[in-house]
Amino acid sequence: MSALSPKADIGRARSITSSAARLKRSLNPPIEPPFLLDFSGRQNRELGARIFLALLLTLMQLSGTCAEDGSDTVYLADFITSTFEFRFSVHAAGRMSEQATTDEELPVIACFEVRRRNYLAPDGTVLRRLPHFASDTNALLSLYRGMVLTRAFDIKAVSLQRTGRLGTYAVSLGQEAVSIGVASAMREEDVLLPSYRDNAALLWRGVTMEEILLYWGGDERGNRWSGPAHDFPFCIPVGSHAPHATGVAYAFMLRKQPRVAVCLFGDGATSKGDVWEAMNFAGVHKLPVVFVANNNQWAISVPLKLQTASETLAQKAIASGFTGEQVDGNDVIAMHAAAEEAIAKARAGKGPRFIEATTYRLGDHTTADDAARYRPPEEVQARWKEEPIARLRSYLVSQNAWGKVEEERLAAECQQLVEAAIERYLATSPRSPETMFEHLYAQLPAAYAAQRREVKEGSHG
Amino acid sequence: MAEVTLIEAINLALARALSDDPNVVVLGEDVGVNGGVFRATVGLQQRFGAQRVVDTPLAELLISGLCVGMAAQGLKPVGEIQFMGFIYPCIDQLVNHASRLRNRTQGRLSCPMVLRTPHGGGIRAPEHHSESTEAMLTHIPGLRVVMPSSPERAYGLLLAAIRDPDPVIFLEPTRIYRAAKGEVHDDGEALPLDVAFVLREGRDVTLISWGATVKETLTAADELAGDGIRAEVIDLATLKPYDEDTILASVQKTGRCIIVHEAARTSGFGAEIAALIAERGMTSLLAPVVRVTGYDTIIPLPRLEQHYMPSVNRIAAAARSVCQFS
Repeated sequence: MSALSPKADIGRARSITSSAARLKRSLNPPIEPPFLLDFSGRQNRELGARIFLALLLTLMQLSGTCAEDGSDTVYLADFITSTFEFRFSVHAAGRMSEQATTDEELPVIACFEVRRRNYLAPDGTVLRRLPHFASDTNALLSLYRGMVLTRAFDIKAVSLQRTGRLGTYAVSLGQEAVSIGVASAMREEDVLLPSYRDNAALLWRGVTMEEILLYWGGDERGNRWSGPAHDFPFCIPVGSHAPHATGVAYAFMLRKQPRVAVCLFGDGATSKGDVWEAMNFAGVHKLPVVFVANNNQWAISVPLKLQTASETLAQKAIASGFTGEQVDGNDVIAMHAAAEEAIAKARAGKGPRFIEATTYRLGDHTTADDAARYRPPEEVQARWKEEPIARLRSYLVSQNAWGKVEEERLAAECQQLVEAAIERYLATSPRSPETMFEHLYAQLPAAYAAQRREVKEGSHG
Repeated sequence: MAEVTLIEAINLALARALSDDPNVVVLGEDVGVNGGVFRATVGLQQRFGAQRVVDTPLAELLISGLCVGMAAQGLKPVGEIQFMGFIYPCIDQLVNHASRLRNRTQGRLSCPMVLRTPHGGGIRAPEHHSESTEAMLTHIPGLRVVMPSSPERAYGLLLAAIRDPDPVIFLEPTRIYRAAKGEVHDDGEALPLDVAFVLREGRDVTLISWGATVKETLTAADELAGDGIRAEVIDLATLKPYDEDTILASVQKTGRCIIVHEAARTSGFGAEIAALIAERGMTSLLAPVVRVTGYDTIIPLPRLEQHYMPSVNRIAAAARSVCQFS
């Protein structure tokens, strides 16, 4: 019983904890709770109380400790009750009732689990059996190209902003796999509801680079795009488009259309009631909608730990009654596979799904932000090791599907595409000021005709 | 031709819309099995099914947001907010999405939704159940704000609102849900939006109101007639965009204008009408424009509520004072 030696640091609660823990370990044979001592019988009640006190005192003497703050007694009582299940009958309020039930004894009525999906390690090595689609090298090359084009576009967009030729712009640096992985799993007839950081998803779905630039360059015409006409424009007020996704999905259900609404938002959005209300309703009606949280760890300057105490964002779906899955958002194979599965299930009438894509915002929040104000460069530097493009490239190289020549050719192609788009964007003809009244209503009410005239005459006068 | 209450007229219009157009969906709290807390939707779920008459969770933001998503897909959602005091979680959806979806996509998407809610006090309701904050909504570009004051206009304007290709807030005067009775032809005929209704012609003073206070305004006009004052009464009906021409034409004729509304005075919609007359009808005026409104207080709980509401006496007194002005 050396573990109970009085040599243990006397008078320090910390050591009492450890010595009592050693006591628990040293019991031979070990007693695993609950070890039932039934003192509930009328005759046994007094005996039970005596044994309890004697046991308590003995343990205190054996441990030879006596904390100044009395925490030893508290601890030992905890130890005893966690080791033995006591059943006392006590006289309370004039009747007999069961007491000393711990929370752990109450029946468990529901259990939940959250799974994490990843296939490629940061260095591109394979962690587990790849999904079926990954055996198609062209499919992977297509995802790779999508991410590389997005990054080339982002870089040029920022330089346009820095030279005063574009408005505030949100780059997706380091998060390309999220938008690309999701958009590539959608069908044309599905409806995308993107947040402001999902330029990549729009590009994938056929919105042109000059249209995206036109919107961020301050012209609503950019949203009248050549991509799917039913897709939603960027949502700027965070998370407020989640109820729209649910409404779109409701329309699909009502019309019995095999289509899916896909809603992308950031980690910050999961703190908003909008997202919860949307998911809650989607769960109730098993609607064909997929929610994707791009968990890039930062909502402008607020880190995830100040956003939520949840271990995962994925578990937020559980309360809505459907599956939430955490996915390595820097692994485009995992993102595509997770989105494909979620969308297929939704399309098959099996209800919504939530995907938490864990990634990292390598860039500033937008061009109007300076992330150096609130996070150390070392943190960002460390996260560069996990970024999605290098990861997939390493895998493709390991499969002899990609090399230096191909890389250079792709870079040149993307460069050329982006530059041509910028030229077209910069050559866009201006709108006349009175067009601000266009599309305000299906038909401009008579009451506003005078205001329109005022703008028109003012602009020419 | 049957005489119905205002709430029954709303029920008739909803049933007609659901029956005529498979894209119409009614949604809100308690609108289904229960038929709405005021019974506006009674019988609709039984007739059109739970998928088209949807009992939503207790979440107003959701109701308005669902409407936006549904409308963008070409459905014609008619959301119900149980009381106007609970419409505020919807403001984000209305300002940032419903009102501007058409404009920000340059016509690629649109938002043909209706959000209905009971408006105003005078029913001895608990706190937060007597709101009349219509002016907040009229400040949102891209919206329509409509408020009927009779069963006939409730029926015709609600049908028009549902058929309108843009978002409409439809405010229903709670106080006259059952007090107002009238004949309604359930013939599916809509009334025009953006148009004011001249309910009574007169040459001496223009009385403008909307919603429940139209009733007191008409009674005041009767009283004034006894004094030899011929009041013209206008029911504005659509507050946004509102019928400037009818107002200006009337003021040109009478030279005097009283605006009656239940909402608090400051920045109430009466201020907008007074500003219109000051800008474009000044030369017609024989007396200052006067507002008879709720006060700049929180609308009191039922024990003091009657002292807050514009009364027949207050309206008539204001009219007499402007008629004595010159």
